Amino acid sequence: MTTGQGRLLLQAAPFLRRGITTPRLMTEVIIGMGPVMLAAMYFFGLSALLVMLAGVAGAVAAEWAFGKARPRGASLRDGSAILTGLVLALTLPPGIPLWMAFLGGAVGLALGKSAMGGLGQNMFNPALVGRAFIQAAFPSVLTTWSAQGNINSFFTIRASNFALPFMHPAADAVATATPLGLMKFERQSTDLLHLLLGNTAGSLGETCALVILICGVIMAIRRVFDWRIPASILLTVAVVSTIVWLVDSSRYPAPWFMLCSGGLLFGAVYMATDPVTSPITPRGAWIFGAGVGVIVVLIRLWGGLPEGVMYAILLMNAATPLIDRVSQPRPFGRGRVAA
Amino acid sequence: MSATTPERVYAELTKGIWRENPIFVQVLGMCPTLAVTNSVMNAIAMGVATFFVLVGSSLLVSLLRRLIPREVRISTYIIIIATFVTLADSALEALVPAVHKELGAFIALIVVNCLILGRQEAFASRNPPLLALADAIGMGLGFCIALLCLGGTREILGAGSFLGVSLFGPNFEPWVIMVLPPGGFLMLGAVLLLFAVLRQRKRRPKEVGA
Repeated sequence: MTTGQGRLLLQAAPFLRRGITTPRLMTEVIIGMGPVMLAAMYFFGLSALLVMLAGVAGAVAAEWAFGKARPRGASLRDGSAILTGLVLALTLPPGIPLWMAFLGGAVGLALGKSAMGGLGQNMFNPALVGRAFIQAAFPSVLTTWSAQGNINSFFTIRASNFALPFMHPAADAVATATPLGLMKFERQSTDLLHLLLGNTAGSLGETCALVILICGVIMAIRRVFDWRIPASILLTVAVVSTIVWLVDSSRYPAPWFMLCSGGLLFGAVYMATDPVTSPITPRGAWIFGAGVGVIVVLIRLWGGLPEGVMYAILLMNAATPLIDRVSQPRPFGRGRVAA
Repeated sequence: MSATTPERVYAELTKGIWRENPIFVQVLGMCPTLAVTNSVMNAIAMGVATFFVLVGSSLLVSLLRRLIPREVRISTYIIIIATFVTLADSALEALVPAVHKELGAFIALIVVNCLILGRQEAFASRNPPLLALADAIGMGLGFCIALLCLGGTREILGAGSFLGVSLFGPNFEPWVIMVLPPGGFLMLGAVLLLFAVLRQRKRRPKEVGA
């Protein structure tokens, strides 16, 4: 991009760079997820570690197999496959058979990313594609939530983890319901303190609201992701559920319950912020988050499922190209009419 | 163009099975392919019915090709096809009523299967009966093979059985999605990918075979 014998340096935009590469960004996110992974292992023991390993193995295997066919080869080095596997595993129940976690990672990466043309081309969050596949293929397993162990039973691995491939898991003796399930089917709320500290049943990474919040704030300050997206999601959920709660507080859950339960925080911080599948414009980020928030509340309160974060994010992923188009900022010096 | 030599008949017969397979290569007739391949039995019934209709109408169209006016040829083909579909419909209802019930409207919809109409317009109406017959048999077989591939994999994964015979015992965890419509799309995509890879390898063995 330089011409003129070094006297006049001509360069195309952008002029300001932050020097962030894809591998570095992926590493930052994985490190930012570290405390959540540790919390998952604290609450669910070795099972959590095994499920995470299986998810990562599936994603990396699919990335490697499909990457061979691409002209640029497999992109294992950028760490995006590892991140996809980890995010997927953290949305799974602790008692899930390992072969299902592996399959979910592989399908998510193959279908959600490689089939679309690789990193940067995918329309939907690959981890959520994998989870949606598992949910559609094995609905009974994804609605079985085994209870938490304690630190003494760290090395006790859930028997259902070791179901043979293609076989269904043994019934878990200590299966229980998630806070959202309790709310939906038995109209029973859970203590805010339990939700914050993670002392509930649920997916591996979603139970401890406090850890996710702290990690999210740190990552937002380090500008790993666009803070507007999670802020907009949480704000929308808070506003909409407060209105609904004020209308009839006996039928609908309180806004703090809505915010701290289920996968909302985890989804808002680690999934909705995926730079590939979310809008790049600031206004677009607000619209995207508001859409996710509204759909989450709609599914949770009036839908058939207790939790709707996954479908909310996937639906808004589909709307992202459109949001990007309508939210383009006005070029400097142009009138509003021209846009 | 239409010299009926044995080599020519053989070429027309085999092209539909692999080189110009109606589903894997031409991607025609997707509606029955996606809708009824959730079990092997349904796939076989749909394949056989389509095969019968395709062979019958190709032969008849080829015999009548000089009598059909150009202006109304499509409607004439449709009437001929519909006649054979009615025959197939009644035969299936009499022979295998359970399968007929499960396939439902998709038997009647063979009339609008673009594979069949396509073969009439592209081949049977321009070639002598023997070639048209060979072409229809090849295409029909190719269609049956493709439906069996899809139906087989979807039944094995979605129900753990093949033709209703359990393969994995009572502890099998069925992939519910595979017997639902999305499973049809996923499986078809996977099979198309597989065949594309195979074809590419055949064409450029050194470049692609890594």
